[in-house]
Amino acid sequence: MAYQRYDYEVIASWIQQGERVLDLGCGDGSLLKYLQETRQVRGYGVENEPERVVASIANGICVLQLDLEQGLAGIDDNAFDHVIMSLSLQAMRNTQGILAEMLRVGREAVVSFPNFAYWRHRQAIINGHMPVSESLPHQWYNTPNVRFFTIADFESLCAQEGIVIREGLAFDDGRLVLDEPNFMASVALYRLGRNSACAEEG
Amino acid sequence: MNETSSVGIVTPRVARFEQALALRCGASLPGFKLVYETYGELNRERSNAVLVCHALSGSHHVAGQYADDPDNVGWWDNLIGPGKPLDTDKFFVIGVNNLGGCYGSTGPLSTNPATGRRWGADFPFVTVEDWVDSHARLADQLGIERFAAVVGGSLGGMQAMNWAIQYPDRIGHALVIASAPKLTAQNIAFNEVARQAILKDPDFHGGHYYEHGVVPARGLAQARMVGHITYLSDDSMDRKFGRKLRHGKPIYSYDVEFEVESYLRYQGEKFAGFFDANTYLLTTRALDYYDPAAGHGGDLTRALSAAEAEFLVVSFSTDWRFAPSRSKEIVGALLHGDKRVSYAEIDCAAGHDSFLLDVPLYHGVLRAYFDNIRV
Repeated sequence: MAYQRYDYEVIASWIQQGERVLDLGCGDGSLLKYLQETRQVRGYGVENEPERVVASIANGICVLQLDLEQGLAGIDDNAFDHVIMSLSLQAMRNTQGILAEMLRVGREAVVSFPNFAYWRHRQAIINGHMPVSESLPHQWYNTPNVRFFTIADFESLCAQEGIVIREGLAFDDGRLVLDEPNFMASVALYRLGRNSACAEEG
Repeated sequence: MNETSSVGIVTPRVARFEQALALRCGASLPGFKLVYETYGELNRERSNAVLVCHALSGSHHVAGQYADDPDNVGWWDNLIGPGKPLDTDKFFVIGVNNLGGCYGSTGPLSTNPATGRRWGADFPFVTVEDWVDSHARLADQLGIERFAAVVGGSLGGMQAMNWAIQYPDRIGHALVIASAPKLTAQNIAFNEVARQAILKDPDFHGGHYYEHGVVPARGLAQARMVGHITYLSDDSMDRKFGRKLRHGKPIYSYDVEFEVESYLRYQGEKFAGFFDANTYLLTTRALDYYDPAAGHGGDLTRALSAAEAEFLVVSFSTDWRFAPSRSKEIVGALLHGDKRVSYAEIDCAAGHDSFLLDVPLYHGVLRAYFDNIRV
């Protein structure tokens, strides 16, 4: 999907050669495979959906079947350079917990999510229906998403949790959105760090 | 779906080793033999060999059937064969009966060259490490420098894990299924109940029952009954038997009242009819002693530090003998040591025995993993 490619490219641009990477909610492992091929990263995918675990193994990546809602117990602090969660944060209940865990085991976190305040989504609500779009492909009755938030909401949460936004990019249909991202962008990507780490780097 | 078939008629072979084998218990075996079977063809590069390690009561007969005993199907036949997850069109698969076994490899039933009598209870204690050493000798004899993979469930998984520790440059992949990095006190306790049943059987005769023309069948049957309970889940037993009464109503007796009793007695007696009690004792002790981290201050990561193999660790949701949390200990240690590892937790109601079943997702995981192994 074209929709996935730019997501992958942006994430890859934030990753250095040979880094240790953890990809949470890795799906069929295609992002991690892409990063292995383009950045020679070493790392693991984490997935809890059995069929996707099989697909990840078939893709030749290391995958761990774990329930992310339980956190990342057993993984050491700072074990990874980047911990990625691509388009999965909205499907997790323990939002604050997993963000804290990502920044515990990783030097930086990379998060992407669909923006519920995208203008087409707003239009759908005004027309009386829950939004269904490329970034929100499910109906309200079968969506795996459990948290419905916007770019503005996410940035507020980061401020509240002491999470430093190192970089944030917003997209509409694969095109970079610079103006009014909370209105104009369907998907947002962030590179996040810890407060203390930020101070260290000056 | 892939076309799958059986490996067909198979014939066990015997490998003899003249050189003594030093064992962890301090004793030494003055030469020994191993019974094994192979399926598929060893390729020209000798790079496609997969060793299958057996668990407590398993054997070298892993796949296929015997010409003179077609009902005797290998214990992992659903996994191994042309087109099956462990595909014999790609891999050269070896099953071996461990030392101390009762299926033809040197064990308590063999003659002790020092006395001219059967070893019986005098057969030296063998450990997982010793088994792995003996497997390596077999690999040498078969001209296999490096296994593409070593795979095993339960106690077999411990052997696969130790292959990666003891011979890091001779194994590409270790598949550790329904296993644990060491036994818990509860695991050892169950083994001890089983052993006591055998040791206290009047027909045991200090382990030299062969000379008395008897076998401690009652003790061995009881040991198997205890073991069998731990292989199944509470749920699967309940679904299979519930509280079904044999006579439809209580008859107020200690004979079989509930169907589960009938099942356990049948399993126990069947097992006592073909398995050797001394092998059962030895093997449960090998389980008890297994603890690769013990020599590294209890640090499993350090125990695994030399390993170069890639790991696949698989557990089953209802396995309480070696629960998923035990597999996660292995995964955690491998992660901590920066090793390549994948982990799958299969939803299956059948408890520990799940690893022997043809569960689609489980076999899907194994198929995907084996398909990716380059030979």
